[in-house]
Amino acid sequence: MVAWTDFERATIKDIFSKIDYEVVGPAAISRCLIVYPWTQRYFAGFGNLYNAAAITSNPKVAAHGKVVMQGLEKAVKNMDNIKATFTELSTLHSEKLQVDPDNFMLLGDCLAIVVAAQLGKDFTPEVHAAFQKFLAVVVSSLRRQYY
Amino acid sequence: MLSKREKDLIKEIWERLTPVAAEIGADALLRMFASYPGTKTYFSHLDISPNSSHLLAHGKKIVLAIAEGAQDISQLTVTLAPLQTLHAYQLRIDPRNFKLLSHTMLVSLACYLGDEFTPVAHAAMDKYLSAFAAVLAEKYR
Repeated sequence: MVAWTDFERATIKDIFSKIDYEVVGPAAISRCLIVYPWTQRYFAGFGNLYNAAAITSNPKVAAHGKVVMQGLEKAVKNMDNIKATFTELSTLHSEKLQVDPDNFMLLGDCLAIVVAAQLGKDFTPEVHAAFQKFLAVVVSSLRRQYY
Repeated sequence: MLSKREKDLIKEIWERLTPVAAEIGADALLRMFASYPGTKTYFSHLDISPNSSHLLAHGKKIVLAIAEGAQDISQLTVTLAPLQTLHAYQLRIDPRNFKLLSHTMLVSLACYLGDEFTPVAHAAMDKYLSAFAAVLAEKYR
């Protein structure tokens, strides 16, 4: 069980109420594919990922960004049992998608940067730390079903 | 590998941030201490509370070194030689921590620059900071 302080709980819910999923999700995935191009290996069916402009305007990338945000929202709604919430997703990423779990934090880092750009000064070191902790728990849960 | 365009972009960004070096540096350090508490163990000799003069001075030092390296990225090994020695023989900071500060530095840039911190700028900056960290760790062993 993860121990969340009141501040952390409130902060995570607050962040997710403030950010626009339609903007943040696609932006985070795009950044991951641009900044860490080897992650493109998992998106061979997405069409044109040739350069930053292509990636940013690719509709499949954008759609997937929203899917990721919806997944994260499940974690926000079940902060006391993120592990169980993501059991199926973890199995999916491990057995079907075969994603190297080291890549999860790459997307997490990009998400932190996109949220930071959105919230600016409101993304204080304390708020940021709560968000990093949340990301770490999500990543850890996604790693669990890898054998 | 950094293209010429990326090197120019990196140089231009750090030149612009030099006047607020202390603010950016202190912000990045504070974020690192908050998100990765293990990093505080290297600073028991300083007052690292928000707005402390130690924190601002130290943040400024770090950002100015990064900005100086950005002036001529092909010469990083020469520019960073004294800092390489310092980190390897005196400070002996575990190089895994360099990645942590690089990440919080990128977050600070995102907060400060907002939309201007485009994906292309982010990619270039991430590559530069990785190269910077690698050079810094060269004399460790």
